[in-house]
Amino acid sequence: MTSSTGPVGLYQYDAVDREFVHERVEQFRGQVERRLAGDLTEDEFKPLRLMNGLYLQLHAYMLRIAVPYGVLSSTQMRRLAHIGRVHDKGYGHFTTRQNLQFNWIKLAETPDILGELADVNMHAIQTSGNCIRNVTTDQFCGAAADEVIDPRVYAEILRQWSTNHPEFSFLPRKFKIAISGSPADRAAVKVHDIGLLAKRNAEDEVGFEVWVGGGLGRSPFVAKKARDWVPEADGLAYLEAILRVYNQFGRRDNMYKARIKILVHELGIEKFLTHVDAEFARIRGPKFALDPELVAAIQARFAPPPLADLPGHCPEFEAAKASDPAFARWVATNTVAHKAPGYICATLSLKPIGGIPGDATSEQMEAVADLADRYSFGEIRVAHEQNLVLAHVRKDALHALWTELKAHDLATPNIGLVSDIIACPGLDYCALANARAIPIAQGISERFADLDRQLAIGDLSINISGCINACGHHHVANIGILGVDKKGVEFYQITVGGNAGIDAAIGDIVGPALPAEEVPAAIEALVNVYLHYRKDGERFIDTLGRIGIQPFKETLYAAAA
Amino acid sequence: MPLLRETGEAVADAWTILPDDRPVPAGGAVVVSLKRWREERETLAGRDAPLGVLLPSGALASDVAPDLQRLGLIALDFPKFRDGRGFTVARELRERFGYTGEIRATGHVIADQFPLLVRCGVSTVQVPDTAKLDQWQAALGTLTIAYQKAVAGEELPLSLRRFKVA
Repeated sequence: MTSSTGPVGLYQYDAVDREFVHERVEQFRGQVERRLAGDLTEDEFKPLRLMNGLYLQLHAYMLRIAVPYGVLSSTQMRRLAHIGRVHDKGYGHFTTRQNLQFNWIKLAETPDILGELADVNMHAIQTSGNCIRNVTTDQFCGAAADEVIDPRVYAEILRQWSTNHPEFSFLPRKFKIAISGSPADRAAVKVHDIGLLAKRNAEDEVGFEVWVGGGLGRSPFVAKKARDWVPEADGLAYLEAILRVYNQFGRRDNMYKARIKILVHELGIEKFLTHVDAEFARIRGPKFALDPELVAAIQARFAPPPLADLPGHCPEFEAAKASDPAFARWVATNTVAHKAPGYICATLSLKPIGGIPGDATSEQMEAVADLADRYSFGEIRVAHEQNLVLAHVRKDALHALWTELKAHDLATPNIGLVSDIIACPGLDYCALANARAIPIAQGISERFADLDRQLAIGDLSINISGCINACGHHHVANIGILGVDKKGVEFYQITVGGNAGIDAAIGDIVGPALPAEEVPAAIEALVNVYLHYRKDGERFIDTLGRIGIQPFKETLYAAAA
Repeated sequence: MPLLRETGEAVADAWTILPDDRPVPAGGAVVVSLKRWREERETLAGRDAPLGVLLPSGALASDVAPDLQRLGLIALDFPKFRDGRGFTVARELRERFGYTGEIRATGHVIADQFPLLVRCGVSTVQVPDTAKLDQWQAALGTLTIAYQKAVAGEELPLSLRRFKVA
């Protein structure tokens, strides 16, 4: 391995990748100049700036920076902290797309910001626009004990393939691909335009189970299975076939019906797949085959970090848990088993009680970068649940890490619990929103501030979207909250029974929307119904599945009346 | 309206795009609508002069596939630059049907799309009279690296080994 590839576990840009990103910055600088000179109309400029991550929001421009498949280095995190401090208000917002958004950006500064990002091999390419967006995956990729295939390898291949794709840069609508390499599916693949489950067959070959037509927004759909097995070599050909059918037949008359899920729904999955299969049969073969040498070369870039040879049992770790119950509780909620003995994956909660979900200050980003250097080979991940992950922590160092995290308010022991809320920026920032999401999240979080109570409630997801575009993924939460506008007043519609995992499901509406001030009490009422009916070991979603929606409905509207 | 080749060079337009209400002249290179081609195929095919067809957005490459031998030009209409269907049509004409004649982008396209159109197999682009040609020509060299195979540079397999396109 040459020095140009840098530390293992992170795809390091080589000279060609860097040249591309710098050229792209200059291209955008030129586009801004042409817009200012009147050579591009605002209508023509808009998709160009969107494909460089720049949105015009309520109060300012928002810049959405790509964190490809949610993995970044400590150097990159420090640069984000710096940009936050110099060009924003000292903080940034991690999103459900594993990206980072700055909400207070000046248009004139964006080419320079993109230049600063390019210096650390970062960019905002295709984080918006009607093109193939940042590919997302499991935040524990390359580390989780239950992983079958490292999805980063294929996510990186998809990143390259989709970058400035000549045929698919002006699609009917945005296009999101997620890939998981573990049977647990922590990437919510079934609610994406294309979801890939990487797996191995009996001959130990790699292939993909392909799901298509999932998505949230105004018309939520769980994806349909397109193929149980597409061999690795044909993966890109199959995706090209799907995209080509979508680009030709996807609706362009109504932006609300332009996503591939509507095409799949209107044609029916059988007819849709007839088109895809015909295209695939034509284009598969040598020209479109994925070269095994290339896969191997990218795999080498994602080799595991130099993990020490440790025993599985760690006496120091066990002793720390036994003597420090607060640590033990954090371990129970905020860690996941690592594939290597003696190591563990730690989630850093960006959901302090009463905080803004996904927000991190520049100081926190720098602290995470330093901790990543000292505890996890300088590597950080962004989870789609809007938390951060240090994926390769020695168990015997975990108590020391936790102690330091507490000092930076990054150790809230609430992962997967009721206050680990996903929320979009909502009407506080977003030009599309009908209602605020952040204060609702804060209100619920404060209502359930008692962490012992949260632990007693157990595994329960709450997601909040400020409008029907569903950036907060409310449809797939156990309890989903959707902001709606009723004659200028913010109301919230509540759904129950959604699930983002391998058993993906869209939640059902419980009843009429409620005013903002009643939402925290309503959520508490739903939780109390669950606790009342819960049998041993049941999660909220299990109890709901067993007793149905009716008891929740009755209680909620009795409580609200 | 100026016509640019895939190299960026401005060239004279040998073709006339004929509205449906105008009679087809006996000689000269003309482009007729797909509708007219379908209705008057017999007469038009017997004509002893170059003939092209203008595909409206939404038409497929397969709509003219049986006639490609007889067509010297296929024009793709982009009613809105955001309507990217023409990129697929161009690519299918080249890759699937092996069309070797001229493929022309007409209608609303912007300079930033020029290199993408070329990579999908488009050979000429009709640009507005007001266009600054230097911007269109510069657009071809702005990004010199491509991560995926398209029509331009056929020889190599889809390798994702990044290669120079400009």
